[in-house]
Amino acid sequence: MRKWLIMAGAVALAAASSAGSAQAEKLKACWVYVGPIGDFGYSYQHDVGRKQVEKELGDKVETTYIENVAEGPDADRAIERLAREGCKIIFTTSFGFMDSTIKVAKKFPKVKFEHATGYKQAKNVAIYNARFYEGRYVMGEIAAKVSKPGLAGYIVSFPIPEVVMGINSFMLGAQTVNPNFKIKIVWVNSWYDPGKEADAAKVLFGQGADIIVQHTDSTAALQIAEEKGLHGFGQSSDMIKFAAHAQLTANTDNWGDYYVQEVKKVLDGTWKSTNTWGGMAQNMVVLSPFTNMPDDVKKMAEDSVAKIKAGTLLPFAGPITRQDGTVVGEAGKSLPDKDLLSMNWYVKGVDDKLPQ
Amino acid sequence: MLQEIVLTIITASTPLLLAATGELVVERSGVLNLGVEGMMVIGAVTGFAVAFATGSLLLGTLAAMTGGILLALLFGLLTLTFIANQVATGLALTLLGLGLSGLIGESFVGQPGARLPKLDIPGVSDIPFIGPILFGQDAIVYLSFALVATVSYALFRTRIGLIIRAVGDNHASAHILGYRVIPVRYLCVMFGGACAGLAGGYLSLAYTPQWIENMTAGRGWIALALVVFASWVPVRVLVGAYLFGTVTILGFALQGFGIGIPAQVLSSLPYLVTILALVVISGNRVLMRANTPACLGQAFVPDR
Repeated sequence: MRKWLIMAGAVALAAASSAGSAQAEKLKACWVYVGPIGDFGYSYQHDVGRKQVEKELGDKVETTYIENVAEGPDADRAIERLAREGCKIIFTTSFGFMDSTIKVAKKFPKVKFEHATGYKQAKNVAIYNARFYEGRYVMGEIAAKVSKPGLAGYIVSFPIPEVVMGINSFMLGAQTVNPNFKIKIVWVNSWYDPGKEADAAKVLFGQGADIIVQHTDSTAALQIAEEKGLHGFGQSSDMIKFAAHAQLTANTDNWGDYYVQEVKKVLDGTWKSTNTWGGMAQNMVVLSPFTNMPDDVKKMAEDSVAKIKAGTLLPFAGPITRQDGTVVGEAGKSLPDKDLLSMNWYVKGVDDKLPQ
Repeated sequence: MLQEIVLTIITASTPLLLAATGELVVERSGVLNLGVEGMMVIGAVTGFAVAFATGSLLLGTLAAMTGGILLALLFGLLTLTFIANQVATGLALTLLGLGLSGLIGESFVGQPGARLPKLDIPGVSDIPFIGPILFGQDAIVYLSFALVATVSYALFRTRIGLIIRAVGDNHASAHILGYRVIPVRYLCVMFGGACAGLAGGYLSLAYTPQWIENMTAGRGWIALALVVFASWVPVRVLVGAYLFGTVTILGFALQGFGIGIPAQVLSSLPYLVTILALVVISGNRVLMRANTPACLGQAFVPDR
């Protein structure tokens, strides 16, 4: 419904602006979101990025977005409409938009496309993603320091490589501090169901965990931590307002700098199809301020962030022992990106069976 | 730990119970309103908005009910006065509710809200296990039980209940007997709206005190299904809602214990177990047929 209202508004605006289109032409940059911008999580953060483009590039650009776009044929239509409406660069921000983006991009060779978190590139389709696992490694170190029983509860959505990578990175970080650190994993089979996330958090706290880690989008679990006087980590956006005494840090997505850079390139005519997988060094993954922890833990976390930025600390540096006992990776070198992007195994120390 | 699990079950089951009980009354009067999810999500946003603006959780709770009633009135106007198709209108109501709530709630995203206070009787609420469970809930939880009891009593032991059921079972006869079918249905639809709105308010004021879009996450649909599987009997709705809540939470607990049942199986269990249990309870076909409101979903147009 809301989508339609916004579209109706966009059409009205387009009609109004075409009447006086004698002024300098603005570059039209457009976004497609999988969720509502009101999720205060994934889509919200992309929209924060869009607003940064508007703010920094001012009247050189005009931006629009369509939210709540279902993956599949609906996405084809949404992307194609934006291309027809004169968008010069279109960001499609969900993994499931991959094929739709490629399909529409073929029909509109002059329009630039940017697809997030996928792996299919084309002449006019760039891809970008963030190394969220870097943040999770530091979170693991913090958790192992702060947790009294050495046990964290981990709330997760779906067993895709992105999520598994996060669990492993968290564990590897935690094991550097406490080799016997344990996690309890609960799959809620949803990215976004505040009720279930809160329930899972309560159950995990009930089972003895004193820290909650989540790879789901809402603030519900942190609110429970706040209520119980325990701790947790924010996801996607800084959730400190919801958990002033509970949030240790939040693993936030910062797409704005990248978006500004890419839109600028289109303005200058220097845009090329690229494959960007940026992390803390590129400022795409940002840990929000370290709070509610002793100074020595804070210092350790800050040091780790600095080392990751400098490239001297690689979360997935070999050799890594897998849950089944096999060892992968070369000493001093990170696992190759393609292995990370298809990760479907746990590291040693995780007491869960990976749903297949 | 058991205490934590039971407490979690109660909060998980309450919104389902509230919304389903309201819908049960609506359906007993012969109206099928599929817009429960929409009314619920509107209740969640209006409740949060008013509580946030005024700082009063009581006003927030009342606003949640009002939001649900307003949307229900729209449904009543379309289906009872203008005789629009109930199924289509109900579905549209859900879409409208989801869209409208996003629009209303835009400025409330990312704002933490206050949680509805829990009853705290010194001494009694501190009794281990029983204390927090029986005497440590928030007002809406107690209200939900009172609601089931009241609805059950009113439907089967009072004249009002008799009229509602008469209207739902045979609107033509009820009309001839002099009962005003349309006003009765309007009131029932509004009651359903208030309950769904309250269920939504429970989500945004007590369950997870915040507003985010689509926060009902399909609970309205589960409530709708519960009514049918409970064969329109309030006490069975209670059983169904708590069974659903229990199996959901036990699923999480089992995962936490690391029992090797795949997570996907555990998360589908609440649906399977609830349907199975309620089908077994309502296995008596004669009773089932006797309970189904005969005029469910049929429009009523008086001859004169």
